[in-house]
Amino acid sequence: MGYELNFGALLEYQDVLLAGLWMTVKLTVVSTLLGILLGILGAAARRHRNPVLRHGSKAYVELIRNTPFIVQLFFIFFGLPAIGIKMTEVEAGILALVINLGAYLTEIIRAGIDNTPKGQIEAARTLGLSSRQIFIRIILPPAFQRVYSSVVSQCIIVMLGSAVVSQISVQELTFAANFIQSRNFLSFESYLVAALLYLLLAFLMRLIFNLIGSRAFSREEKQS
Amino acid sequence: MSLVSVRDVHKYFGDLHVLKGIDLDIKAGEVVSIIGRSGSGKSTLLRCMNGLESYDQGAIILDGMEVSTDEFQVRKLSQSVGMVFQSFNLFPHLTVGENIMLAPTLIKKTSKAEAKKLAQEVLEKVGLGDKFGQYPEKLSGGQQQRVAIARSLAMKPKVLLCDEITSALDPELVGDVLKVLEQLAAEGMTLVLVTHEMNFARDVGDRVVFMHQGKVHETGDAKTVLADPQTPELRQFIGAVL
Repeated sequence: MGYELNFGALLEYQDVLLAGLWMTVKLTVVSTLLGILLGILGAAARRHRNPVLRHGSKAYVELIRNTPFIVQLFFIFFGLPAIGIKMTEVEAGILALVINLGAYLTEIIRAGIDNTPKGQIEAARTLGLSSRQIFIRIILPPAFQRVYSSVVSQCIIVMLGSAVVSQISVQELTFAANFIQSRNFLSFESYLVAALLYLLLAFLMRLIFNLIGSRAFSREEKQS
Repeated sequence: MSLVSVRDVHKYFGDLHVLKGIDLDIKAGEVVSIIGRSGSGKSTLLRCMNGLESYDQGAIILDGMEVSTDEFQVRKLSQSVGMVFQSFNLFPHLTVGENIMLAPTLIKKTSKAEAKKLAQEVLEKVGLGDKFGQYPEKLSGGQQQRVAIARSLAMKPKVLLCDEITSALDPELVGDVLKVLEQLAAEGMTLVLVTHEMNFARDVGDRVVFMHQGKVHETGDAKTVLADPQTPELRQFIGAVL
């Protein structure tokens, strides 16, 4: 092992690295928020009385969960322009991430919903709530709480998966690492730093999600 | 005119004929106890009365409205009929106060301040005025059931259906719930109870309906029927539960 580590040489590229990191954060925040929304809608569609919505949601989940993310990404970015749907790299990257996360979350949230005690739905019905009110007010909040840790893990997986969008030249963290090592050939240092930054992001995400969760799902007595 | 009128109601679960032509009239202010063995159709009958369960033949008219499972109709009915369940069914993610305020604010468009006042009022009524901000999981079963009653009362129903509401409670907690029912009965609330509490049926109830194999087998004034049952089935049933 005659290799001499040279992290100092990376400093020269710290702007590239930080810009990449910032892009990864933006991709993650936007795709997490939209992905959760899509997952909730997908789960709602799964139990809708309209069979088109029900089956459509199921087909969507199966399609996304059984194809590689990179193929989904390439299809959106390289394939769709053939039928006139063009977008920037960042737009395509976000769209692919949202669609991917939405499919997994549809399945996760649906599992939470399936565990709703039937009696609670009946109680809500006898109180006069509509199906929509029951879903939003009665079914969804406890269901989301039941599967919250799985939701968090899936969002982190998508943050890590966002590295793949470097393949369509979105200038995020992995793109930055690729760029730097292609200039100075310090592959070891570049990817190690990128890996540590992903690790840091994952920790931060979990921390933030846990803070949100413990506030949102607190069962401490409320002062009226 | 009766508040609830059940006319020749039949109900099937697949091949199983669970209600075989039920006729029943309940007047405003009456306290009616439906008793019988499990499987006799008493809970099903109760659940037919507010559209939780469909029926295949006959008619149920409640407060002038035809009862059906259609969502719109169930919502309309909910203004007149409340229901309390064996398993409480409080919403776990809402505080006691929020559980009670939910329907008045969403359905009756009561203002938040007014709903809060109303919630506090009904909570006092069931003896839990200090639990407004508490979550259901922090309450005992008996307390949860009283909150469930309060939640129904906040919608100011004309009739309250109670489906074995003390069956899931520890014996020492049953009394508090029955006391609330007794108070409601005294105030003139119409109550229809599926119950195994024979003492309550006799002391507080006006009328007993004994169901057997999907039919009203024997019915009449609570004290008379329970003291002097006319059919061997009811005699046997009373012997078994008392």
